[in-house]
Amino acid sequence: MLLTHVLSVSIWLPILAGVVTLLIGSDNKAYFTRWLALASSLAAFFATLPLYTKYNFAKGAFQFEEAAQWIPSFNINYHLGVDGIAVPLILLTSFTTLIVVIAAWEVITKNIAQYMAAFLIMSGLMIGVFSALDGILYYVFWEAMLIPMFLVIGIWGGENRVYATIKFFLYTLLGSLLMLVAFIYLFQKTGSFDVINFYQLPLTLNEQIFIFMAFFMAFAVKIPMWPVHTWLPDAHVEAPTGGSVVLAAIMLKLGGYSFLRFAMPIAPDAAHYLSGFMVTLSLIAIVYIALVALVQKDMKKLIAYSSISHMGFVTLGFFIFSQLGIEGAIVQMISHGFISAAMFLCVGVLYERMHSRQIADYGGVVNTMPVFAAFAVLFAMANSGLPGTSGFVGEFMVILAAVKFNFWVAFLAATTLIFGAAYTLWMVKRVFYGEVANHHVAELKDINKREFLILALLAAMVLGVGVYPKLITDFTHVSAAQWLSHMAISKLPVAGL
Amino acid sequence: MQNIQVDLMTALPELIVLLMAMLILLTGLFAKNKIIIYGLAQFTLFAAAFFTVGTHTSAVGYAFSGMFVDDTLADVLKLMILLGTSVMFVYTRQYMQLRNMFRGEYYALVLFAVLGMMIMVSGQSMLTIYMGLELLSLCLYSLVALDRDNAQSSEAAMKYFVLGALASGMLLYGMSMIYGITGSLNLNEITNTLLQGAPNHTVLILGLVFIVAGLAFKFGAVPFQMWVPDVYQGAPTSITLLISSVPKFAAFAITIRLLAQGLGQLAGDWQEMLLIMAVMSIAIGNITAIAQTNLKRMLAYSTISHVGFLLFGLMSGSLNGYASSMFYISAYVLMTLSGFGMILLLSRKGFEAENLDDLKGLNQRSPWAAMLMLITMFSMAGVPPTIGFYAKFTVLQAALQAGYIGAVVFAVLMAVIGAFYYLRIVKLMYFDAPQDNVAISAPNDMKLILSFNAFALLALGIMPQMLMNICGAAIARSLQ
Repeated sequence: MLLTHVLSVSIWLPILAGVVTLLIGSDNKAYFTRWLALASSLAAFFATLPLYTKYNFAKGAFQFEEAAQWIPSFNINYHLGVDGIAVPLILLTSFTTLIVVIAAWEVITKNIAQYMAAFLIMSGLMIGVFSALDGILYYVFWEAMLIPMFLVIGIWGGENRVYATIKFFLYTLLGSLLMLVAFIYLFQKTGSFDVINFYQLPLTLNEQIFIFMAFFMAFAVKIPMWPVHTWLPDAHVEAPTGGSVVLAAIMLKLGGYSFLRFAMPIAPDAAHYLSGFMVTLSLIAIVYIALVALVQKDMKKLIAYSSISHMGFVTLGFFIFSQLGIEGAIVQMISHGFISAAMFLCVGVLYERMHSRQIADYGGVVNTMPVFAAFAVLFAMANSGLPGTSGFVGEFMVILAAVKFNFWVAFLAATTLIFGAAYTLWMVKRVFYGEVANHHVAELKDINKREFLILALLAAMVLGVGVYPKLITDFTHVSAAQWLSHMAISKLPVAGL
Repeated sequence: MQNIQVDLMTALPELIVLLMAMLILLTGLFAKNKIIIYGLAQFTLFAAAFFTVGTHTSAVGYAFSGMFVDDTLADVLKLMILLGTSVMFVYTRQYMQLRNMFRGEYYALVLFAVLGMMIMVSGQSMLTIYMGLELLSLCLYSLVALDRDNAQSSEAAMKYFVLGALASGMLLYGMSMIYGITGSLNLNEITNTLLQGAPNHTVLILGLVFIVAGLAFKFGAVPFQMWVPDVYQGAPTSITLLISSVPKFAAFAITIRLLAQGLGQLAGDWQEMLLIMAVMSIAIGNITAIAQTNLKRMLAYSTISHVGFLLFGLMSGSLNGYASSMFYISAYVLMTLSGFGMILLLSRKGFEAENLDDLKGLNQRSPWAAMLMLITMFSMAGVPPTIGFYAKFTVLQAALQAGYIGAVVFAVLMAVIGAFYYLRIVKLMYFDAPQDNVAISAPNDMKLILSFNAFALLALGIMPQMLMNICGAAIARSLQ
């Protein structure tokens, strides 16, 4: 039962655990609530591990499939399944949730049960998004996920949280509803919401372009791509540390993943047709947003812009349609999940002590927090793409693929190695090095065991993937090849048939 | 003799309600403890519901010379009306007690209104439909004015009455034109006459316009929505709860009977009218709701936008579309019961809890109540996994199937605007600090039913198939 329903267990275990936490946890029993949440997230993490151990690397088709009737009136099924693209992202999700629960330990003091429950429920819903193979099932998970995130930013966020969280919700909702219209349109054509039927449906180029654009609205907002990225810096700045971590590490990946799962294979001709447009948007994100990051005064905002810039590599990798590009993009997604989570946690560590995110308020932190500074510098190096860290692998693969595609595209993309290093290291220099800036910094205490544990776990992952990227490419190799062969076949109706 | 017996048996639930309403009116004069009346009223609803289910057959039965029909659609809608009213009685008991309105008239008038709705639902002749509608409307006018010393209520009742009477007049005028052309009041006979070819299309369309205008008024669709915000705000909250919930079932029923059953031949004409009203209702309802500070008024505009979505299903003119509308209206009534139920839960003696700011910090005052309202609001906004999502999904699917792509995309964009004001409620409850800290006191039965109500929105959102089946079967069996 557990093995045949790995995906269902991975989805519903954290959701149920979240509901239980919500019901029986409270601020009076803070200790108990925290341990309950930790136990739940650990169990949820272990529940996803069979996806790694039992995965058949040679198989390109969907694995761990589950199918049951759900709403027969509309032929909507509870259809789950994963391929090599989804599995690493699911593991990333359950891992990140575990990190977030530990990171919230002493930081969150009001409404603890609601906070923990929100993240546990969100974790289940996000795994649902990664494994749903039915349009409506996917849509339900995709939208439902907004509710806990909306509350997380709104309840535990900073000064301007209401503006940020409503902007986040409405931006995402707008895109999603257009996607829903596209799903219903595809349902009229195929008579079901099954993704696999959508893949085989022939569509004219015009239809494909409309469908692609509807999906684009939903996913581009989520990734986020320039110019619909403006919600992200706001949401990141106002969100509590845990919210920022989940946003950057997983939610952005949902957009990238969904391009691979829905928009592109359903409308492959439109994807080819619009690839120039998509590559341009990606390059604008990579170059322009990196320059924007350079001038930020707020650390969280800087990392948020850096996320947008790095996600530009993901979309660039998709739309040059090569094996190396796709695999690089997926490695980049995973790597960015670890690095951005780590960077936001580092800002969180500083913020708890100083209650400021302004770069100008810091200076010489290395003198008072040497262990912490070592971690922070490592993650900063990874963020700027230092070889040996995971940040290098993905970007390098995408740039290599881009060189084959078009030299100038690759050239522009490669500037990120300069700009990325510039904004990240400049921030590190101003925050960590130099003279001790003020007496607040002088009184800082180094990280405790709990903080050490989470940063060490993330550092291990960053270095692990950096040194041995086969961990991820083993999963993606066959699936990416199969995906490309699907993309190569035109779905335009053949004249005369 | 035999015939009368069949007639009376077919209308058994209606008879029960009629007799009991009169009994309650009498008892109200003498009973010292008014809780007896409450018990009697609840008993009436359950007895009527019991016999509605008990006498249900899948066949279509006619009574009173074909003026009254008992089919699956009628039975299902009656059951929903009775249950909805029963829930409403639970929610409003304490509210009425505290405001000195816990009297026999209240229950008698509501039961007469229920009777009116049941007759509308079973109306097979234009005259029956009109009679039921008038019975309902007259009861509602007087219920709005029940708090007779309240100037705002009286004003609302006056507005409602004047505009309502006008709308009834229009409906009747339209009916008389149709009667003049087809020579019959019976819907089946009208259909048959129209099938043989309309004698005078222009007059027929003129009559149709008046009928649609009358129906739109009862629904509160733009451009006949003017009464909705004023009446919702002015009426005592318990009456607003009533007006906004179950009568919509009856309005839906007569729309189906008149437009789909009787004037189905003119579908091409009324579809266009409904399309314009639907699009305008969604736009005006959603945009105007943003500017409201009064919760009841905001929910009134929200109702207008929901009616717009409902019309989307109706205008697609297919069985599938009608079923989706019926599903929408069932979801809507559940949501509105829960929403106004929450206002009633938060109100107390001398405090109406009808301003948006009264919800501030509800999560800190009562996490449970805040969560119920959260589910209700997300359901109204149409966010999964709540029933509100499937309601929107089914009507949009029906409209897309009928080819209205532009209108669907427009509705979807408006739904995003709509989401804003529902989110604002969530924001007030969860992100703001409370303004008053008076403990929430409500009877346990109300808390229990309200919890069930709100969680039903979630449960039906996860498992919507059963309700879809019921709506689909009701429409399919009655409109074959």
